[in-house]
Amino acid sequence: MLSLDNIRKSFGPVEILKGISFTVRKGQTLGLVGENGAGKSTLMNILGGVYEPNEGQIQFNGNPYRPARVSDSIQQGIAFIHQELNLFPNLTIMENLFLNEFPRKQGLFKYFIDQKKILEQSQMLLKQVGLSVSPFTRVSDLTNGPQQLVEIAKALKGQPRLIIFDEPTTALSQAETDQLLQLIRKLKQRQVSIIFISHNLDEVKAISDTIAVIRDGSLIKVKPAAQYAKSDIIRDMVGRDLEQFFPERNCVIGKLPKLQVNDLNVDGKNQLSFEIKEREVVGVYGLVGAGRSEMARGLFGLSRVYQGSVKWNGVVYDKFKPRQWIKQGVVYLTEDRREEGILSFKSVLENVQLASLHQFVKAGFGWLDHKGILSGVKEKVKATRVKYQTLESQPVSELSGGNQQKVLLSRWLMTNPGLLMLDEPTKGIDIGAREEIYHLINRVVEQDSCVLLISSEIEELLGMCDRILVMNQGRITATFPKTDFNRSEILKYALNATKE
Amino acid sequence: MVSIKYYLSQNSIVGVCILYYVLMALVVPGFFGANNTWNLVYNFIPLLILAIGQTFVILTAGIDLSITSIVAVASVVGGYLMSADSGLFSSPLITVLVGITGMVLAGAIIGLINGIAVTRLRMPAFMVTLTSLMFFSGLAIWLTQSKSIYNLPTLLVDAPYKTLLGLPYPVYLAGLVYLVSYLILNKTLVGEWIYAVGTNVKTSWLSGVNITSTIVFVYIISGVCASLGAMIYTARLETGSPVMGQNVLLDVIGAVIIGGTSLFGGKGKLQWTAAGALLMTMLDNSLNLLGMSFFLIMIVKGAIILLTALFNQYQPKSLVHA
Repeated sequence: MLSLDNIRKSFGPVEILKGISFTVRKGQTLGLVGENGAGKSTLMNILGGVYEPNEGQIQFNGNPYRPARVSDSIQQGIAFIHQELNLFPNLTIMENLFLNEFPRKQGLFKYFIDQKKILEQSQMLLKQVGLSVSPFTRVSDLTNGPQQLVEIAKALKGQPRLIIFDEPTTALSQAETDQLLQLIRKLKQRQVSIIFISHNLDEVKAISDTIAVIRDGSLIKVKPAAQYAKSDIIRDMVGRDLEQFFPERNCVIGKLPKLQVNDLNVDGKNQLSFEIKEREVVGVYGLVGAGRSEMARGLFGLSRVYQGSVKWNGVVYDKFKPRQWIKQGVVYLTEDRREEGILSFKSVLENVQLASLHQFVKAGFGWLDHKGILSGVKEKVKATRVKYQTLESQPVSELSGGNQQKVLLSRWLMTNPGLLMLDEPTKGIDIGAREEIYHLINRVVEQDSCVLLISSEIEELLGMCDRILVMNQGRITATFPKTDFNRSEILKYALNATKE
Repeated sequence: MVSIKYYLSQNSIVGVCILYYVLMALVVPGFFGANNTWNLVYNFIPLLILAIGQTFVILTAGIDLSITSIVAVASVVGGYLMSADSGLFSSPLITVLVGITGMVLAGAIIGLINGIAVTRLRMPAFMVTLTSLMFFSGLAIWLTQSKSIYNLPTLLVDAPYKTLLGLPYPVYLAGLVYLVSYLILNKTLVGEWIYAVGTNVKTSWLSGVNITSTIVFVYIISGVCASLGAMIYTARLETGSPVMGQNVLLDVIGAVIIGGTSLFGGKGKLQWTAAGALLMTMLDNSLNLLGMSFFLIMIVKGAIILLTALFNQYQPKSLVHA
């Protein structure tokens, strides 16, 4: 049905896919697993016509398959069900199903939509996916599970021969997940081929005929699901040591906790408690959607906190606001650099000074000490090694991702923080800048600050942290001190794999 | 002269102003001359003051449509406090001082209401200020039963024509407004915050900027500027009028936009606004001298605002807001 032969893909000098080959037969379900950044998404984007491979062939249905754009893949009979749904919540189910092409009436009224035909087809599609609601229901009135089913119904309209599910169950409840898996089995009986991508190994094992593990852009193993033990899958996903350099820190962790989080409730369900000591780097690992960012954002005052308190430097707080935290020396480096990090068309100077302006107010009227600001900014961008042309007139959007990140770090370092919460600080950054950021983190810690490091990269956490918290579905499921660091164990708790 | 060239590349509106002035002086009879120059100055000054206030708001990506109603309310309040018909105070100096204070307070209060509505009710600035435009315009007319207030003290009425060192008083008022605004925008914390909020609210919030007070502040400034504009209009017309300034909104927003300040916030300079206001004044004046009707002038001005807005969208502007 589908066969990939030696697919390679590079972005610039970085090779993401290093020659991947596998086949999916008619009516077969292939489970595809791998860590964040292993290359799964790139591979799927190639199948979907978003990227073109640098090398290698794809055969689909006995013909060479080279999609140049997204609509090509749909036309050829490949459908995608993404983790994020592509539905218009303000429209009805029926409108969503037929949005790309409404059937028209014949003859004189050919510019009018054939309502009757749409309704019939909608009802048929909804029946196929086992969703018993009126096609006139607004999508916003459905919960995640039924929405996912509408998405599948939309895909089925094109009579696909291969459906790719990318993390379809992350937003679903257990019952909804079961229903979805049931539907996938039904599709299989109708000889539809399926690629099922998920972090939940139990689901993958339950639904797949064969399981393929990808790591660092290479296919590690393809094995029948029944013979592939979960512990083996995890081991194959994690693999050997990555040869990456993490610098040593020259400092001793303090005795007493500097930050104490008590029963912090940021999702209305779970309570989170942990502490960070002076000169300690605590990592937070979890899969996408595990609630890592939500925890830090809640703590910093960016999203609702239902309950709980935080003790910082001996003072208890139960109301959180970024402005107050910054004054108390607690800062948060956002994961979303573009949307809420940089002031994109402003200069390096204006970006770096932003969070510490209040420290430079001379006397009344909010009069600013611009000389002091300039020298402070200069000192910080030198320490963080930002590469720029001019400090005052080059828009920061012209800088590379790594340099933008260093600009944001400079902004926070200028506030003299005691706690840095770093959310994916090395996301989308090249190796060189990455190493510089690791060094920077160490220097900050050596100067008596502490760090909460949120990352999807287990290697980064193992290399940088003194302790790692593992999160899963909004809860902290395990804590690993440095002496007990163990990749497979950490991954296991992140995947919530039941002990075998 | 590289520096002049660079200056004009970053301040193209200033070049346009000079060009337009020279062109009109050559082409339009009566444009260049002492009489018409005073005319230009008297029309330019209140527009400039109003446009400076509007610049503050637009820099935060907001808009203040209520300024004409603020002008009306301030004029009515000032008229009532100062008119000999009310006879509240005997000393003319005290009368004028109380009147001016009342006008500025009225403007500041309406600005405060706008600012609080924008930040607390989280309604778009457009909606908030459109509503207060209707509300306060209505209020001004209702309070006065649609009658104008006359018999204002001569101290006020003569002020626009008195001169100091050869320049009329209103020029000094506008100069003061410009100077204070420049210092606020370029030398103070709230000035930096105004640009930051207009550039990216989320980033500003994350970085500890006090969004609420910044936004409330710009609406108060706009309100105060509108009431200072109302002061000049009231003095020149020798009337407290509930329909004062009804046609000025287009000119004010036009001046800011023509200057190059971005409606999306974060980008703009006072000197652009000053040049924009001057251009609007010259347009009005020259088209008038050419014998165009009021309505035809409106059509031409509307077209020019649209064209410059389009032009500015494709013009790279300097980042430095000094």
